[in-house]
Amino acid sequence: MTLYYKYLIMHLRAQLQYKGSFLMLSIGQFFIPFTIFAGLYFMFEKFGTLQGWNFAEVALCFAIIHQSFSLSECFARGFDSFSSLIIRGDFDRLLLRPRHTVLQVLGSAFEFTRIGRLLQSLIVLIYAISQLPQLWQWQHILIILFMIVNGVCIFIGIFMLAATLCFWTVQGLEIANVFTDGGREMAQYPLNIYEKWVMKLFTFIIPFGLVSYIPLQMILDKMEAPLWQAMLIPFGGSLFLIPCYLIWQFGVKHYRSTGS
Amino acid sequence: MDKPIISLHGISKSYQVAIRKGGLKEAFKALIRRDYKVIEALKDISFQVQQGEIVGYIGPNGAGKSTTIKIMSGVLLPDSGSCSVMNMTPWLERQKYVARIGVVFGQRSQLWWDVPVIDSFQLLRDIYRIPEKQYIETLEELTTLLKLSDILHTPVRQLSLGQRMRCELAASLLHKPSILFLDEPTIGLDADSKIAVRSIVKEINERYGVTVILTTHDMNDIEALAHRIMMIGKGTLLFDGTLTQLQQRYGTGKIVQVAYSGHLVDEILPGITLIEQSEEKLSLAVNTELCTVPQCIQWLTAQIEVTDFTVQAIPIEELILSLYKEHAV
Repeated sequence: MTLYYKYLIMHLRAQLQYKGSFLMLSIGQFFIPFTIFAGLYFMFEKFGTLQGWNFAEVALCFAIIHQSFSLSECFARGFDSFSSLIIRGDFDRLLLRPRHTVLQVLGSAFEFTRIGRLLQSLIVLIYAISQLPQLWQWQHILIILFMIVNGVCIFIGIFMLAATLCFWTVQGLEIANVFTDGGREMAQYPLNIYEKWVMKLFTFIIPFGLVSYIPLQMILDKMEAPLWQAMLIPFGGSLFLIPCYLIWQFGVKHYRSTGS
Repeated sequence: MDKPIISLHGISKSYQVAIRKGGLKEAFKALIRRDYKVIEALKDISFQVQQGEIVGYIGPNGAGKSTTIKIMSGVLLPDSGSCSVMNMTPWLERQKYVARIGVVFGQRSQLWWDVPVIDSFQLLRDIYRIPEKQYIETLEELTTLLKLSDILHTPVRQLSLGQRMRCELAASLLHKPSILFLDEPTIGLDADSKIAVRSIVKEINERYGVTVILTTHDMNDIEALAHRIMMIGKGTLLFDGTLTQLQQRYGTGKIVQVAYSGHLVDEILPGITLIEQSEEKLSLAVNTELCTVPQCIQWLTAQIEVTDFTVQAIPIEELILSLYKEHAV
């Protein structure tokens, strides 16, 4: 963990070498989800509610997923941009260092400009909570925090799977974006607006539902459930990391036996 | 003889390479089904290296040098054969093993591009878990040895290639490895830097007893450093021995260069080949098994007036070339 922190400091220093570009990119990152959010606002202006969810509730769902996404893009950028590590041949160097590959890949890149996106979704989050008085108790705020943290785990897991794919081919990586960007786009709305199978996919396979839709229903009083359940359910998201980790290890093994 | 520090036995490795044909139509076809061709990179390679040796590992491009280095450094698994380095199997105990080796790729940097060199060193200290006291001592020694004090606080991207290579060497020695793998360490360097790198490698070898495996295309590196030469071609070991052995086997000759006036009239002696002739200069290759150098000089002075002459051994580059030719690689 200390090593991860050291990597982080190193990259922060390096990125701050180019202050102008850092600032511009951060501002850009602020406005990308902002436009999506503005679209959401105008939609509600017209229709009022979405399958029984009002604007503030959907905004909360949106903010949680975007917080998770921007945090994971910042702190797990190494997996997100893993193809460049393979193309440059720098993964060999990683294997020559006496530390675990996962730690080193995480340490290989950070994207601090995502702070813009993070800030934007934080504003939306605070706005949404201020509009929803039923959330004004510390247990619910804690649950929201759990949702964000476990959401980060899911995104990291997807990044890892996409990265593992690079051991076989560095072409056709767009398929992975279906799950990262696609997952984010889908999960930023309450899942009940989609078809049943989509809901199942995002609950049992890539468990975005466990870190947004299901616990949200509970804390927004749309579903009767004891508080401890709402507290535990988000942690299903981090379980997703286990199969991802195993698949990663398998990928590393394959890489070392083919060298390509 | 002591137990060897590196011991390879019957190592083989082959790759599957996708065959690509040109054209858009073929590219689409490749998406569905690819044809593979198996390339044997290494065929039954065996050798041993003793502690403290400097081994020059040479061969034309694509001969299998990098593959061997990758297997010995634990990055790649061989298809068959066994490899024991410092009593470990490199690819089985990766983390424990790589903590005791250093690897420098001449074409690739292990330093972080945008930060000062010293920051990279500090991160390496944390990666290798080097105790603070040992780190400070080693850094001090390396700074003096490699003359780094002026460049430690410069970002890597602003360093010249020669300066960078010195930092690369320092970076791979911070954790005091027992074996150093150098993959083309002098590539792209100017003459000065090349000489500097060679003397440093020699110094490290002599002072710390570090075993060095060196791949290069520059025969001067080999001449200056290597106690022993291994040559690989098409995946098999073609020659393994000292430089002197190589010269004895392939270099049974001298080059005689003469400045003269007059005319060559007599018939050429057996064993002498004319390489170059101008109005006042003459180059001859002398096969010393058929004709000694004094005999050659005698033959020359009998007919022309020799004003100056030099005798050289056949350059090592040409020895290597004749070795390549012999094995048609």
